[in-house]
Amino acid sequence: MSIKLTEEMLSTLPDARGHFGAYGGRFVSETLMDSLMTLEDEYQRLKQDPEFQAAFDKDLAHYVGRPSPLYFAERLTRETGGAQIWLKREDLNHTGAHKINNTIGQALLASFLGKKRIIAETGAGQHGVATATVCARLGLECHVFMGAEDVQRQSLNVYRMKLLGAQVHAVESGTRTLKDAMNDAMRDWVTHVDETFYIIGTVAGPHPYPLLVRDFQAVIGRELRAQSLEQAGRLPDALVACVGGGSNAIGMFYPFLTDESVELYGVEAGGLGIATGQHAAPLCAGRPGVLHGNRTYLMEDENGQIAGTHSVSAGLDYPGVGPEHSWLKDIGRAHYVSVTDDEALDGFRKLTRVEGIMPALESSHAVAYAVKLAATMDKDKMLVINVSGRGDKDIHTIATLDGIEL
Amino acid sequence: MSRIQGVMKTLKGQGRKALIPYITAGDPEPGQTVGLMHTLVEAGADIIELGVPFSDPMADGPVIQLACERALKHGTSLRQVLGMVKTFRETDQATPIVLMGYLNPMEAMGYEAFADAALDAGVDGILTVDLPPEEADDVAPLFAARNLDPVFLLAPTTTDDRIRAIAEHSSGYVYYVSVKGVTGSAEINVDEVAAKVAHIHALTAVPVGVGFGIRDAQTAAAIGRVSDGVIVGSVLVDTIARNQTDPAQLKRALTDLLHPMREALDSLAS
Repeated sequence: MSIKLTEEMLSTLPDARGHFGAYGGRFVSETLMDSLMTLEDEYQRLKQDPEFQAAFDKDLAHYVGRPSPLYFAERLTRETGGAQIWLKREDLNHTGAHKINNTIGQALLASFLGKKRIIAETGAGQHGVATATVCARLGLECHVFMGAEDVQRQSLNVYRMKLLGAQVHAVESGTRTLKDAMNDAMRDWVTHVDETFYIIGTVAGPHPYPLLVRDFQAVIGRELRAQSLEQAGRLPDALVACVGGGSNAIGMFYPFLTDESVELYGVEAGGLGIATGQHAAPLCAGRPGVLHGNRTYLMEDENGQIAGTHSVSAGLDYPGVGPEHSWLKDIGRAHYVSVTDDEALDGFRKLTRVEGIMPALESSHAVAYAVKLAATMDKDKMLVINVSGRGDKDIHTIATLDGIEL
Repeated sequence: MSRIQGVMKTLKGQGRKALIPYITAGDPEPGQTVGLMHTLVEAGADIIELGVPFSDPMADGPVIQLACERALKHGTSLRQVLGMVKTFRETDQATPIVLMGYLNPMEAMGYEAFADAALDAGVDGILTVDLPPEEADDVAPLFAARNLDPVFLLAPTTTDDRIRAIAEHSSGYVYYVSVKGVTGSAEINVDEVAAKVAHIHALTAVPVGVGFGIRDAQTAAAIGRVSDGVIVGSVLVDTIARNQTDPAQLKRALTDLLHPMREALDSLAS
């Protein structure tokens, strides 16, 4: 099933209670409801406030370094032998990933709301670094919650956060990964609700987070649209982005939702393979449920307990996904697929060797699928990969897999 | 009138306050839960809140997180918890049972199937931590049709408009979360709680139970003086954790904790 989306339809999503069709909403304990409603009201007001928007745009230009380039990957295109492959270079942003777009926006919100204490969850550490960065710049107290397992496999980012003045809390509960970091962040929030602003890193969580994170990340798609028209004289035929929570993907897709000719591909972490159960692909292999404040596709067992996930990429190692992606899946507007750890690693190596660009392991999932997809498309077609982050943080992981000790 | 409403009415008539202990079903292992429920009643419980273990208990502190982990290690499912209630009902038809947990296990079972099974098992009320009334449009009619009382939370941050709206959706009692924090975390401020509960009483006729931070006879009495009931959770669950290898000692320890609370509450009756 696929329906033609119009601007008018999109303007009603999410609805007043934060629903994208059957998904989204606000499933939290009562203590947080007032804060969420205040945040929603303030955000709706500030969204229309030229001063807020000007501050956001200025920071994106002069602090983040936007617009990020749209780059034609000529050699990769030639080697692949299909559609033209272009790269949207979010890896060139300050701090090395798309995450900073959102933390700039939310930190501005926090400032306008007068909150001095910031908390965040992080998986790979990119969102934690981006949050610690804006906190350093604005002089805000920063606490980052990170699964103990991720603290180990992303030690470089942990040290970066500490250098930036953040306190990193290693979360030992549950599976000791991103979902548990989010649990502990919500527990901290409930405990310090009056003085704390929670900067959620992805398009999930209770309303209005999926809305405001999407809005802050949509700069990716807006730039891409203008750059495509200017540099290629046309809109792309296919967009490919990795999906963990899905913020880089929704940011890229959103400004193209009404462009029927543009096919959208979200690439989930297939881990050791969907059939093994050792993956992090709720849209491909999960079912709807409620976690972390929203209804969305989840990985869970038959009793509704959240399942452990596996991915070589810490940033994709999450059992849920943003509710707007769940909706886009159900209405058939976007395709959700997966690639395995091994395929993602091949994608990493390919982009590194052929274009001299080292993508994050998260983004490598998009690279791996895009190369397969491009090969099936005609040479006159245009495909764009969102290179959502750079791979420096993953060097240790890759070296370890290669049997090399650094 | 539901079993919960009946108990609350009787207590009110006697000038007494409800003692509402919480334990996590399946902790320390599923075979002990029904016995522990009877122990709670013998020690003076008026209503039991029976926790349904969840893999991601976001509103709970470490004590109840660990209880969930112990229960889940034994595979305790929502269906099994309903089975425990059914077994409990074979010998106790009087004590109301409120299932307390998170939404996803109910959603996974299917709301109608869950509501049917809860009624069949002899459950009286449902408290879903991550389900505010705004999101309960689907489940509320299913519970109402089966006379299952929906128990919603109120918090220190809840505005007057929301207090009225939430009370409207609640029956049996409302659960006032006395502190900003997770279960088992903070010291209770009796004066603040007294003021807030008096304010809630002015806005609704639904009885008010107060939980979070009640850990002994003294705090139970202080909170009982200003509310319709006290909910005691983490201190009991911690006692279970510390005595998990010795069921006889566990039974004594739980009784030693609850019984003084019962006496302290009853000493308030005029």
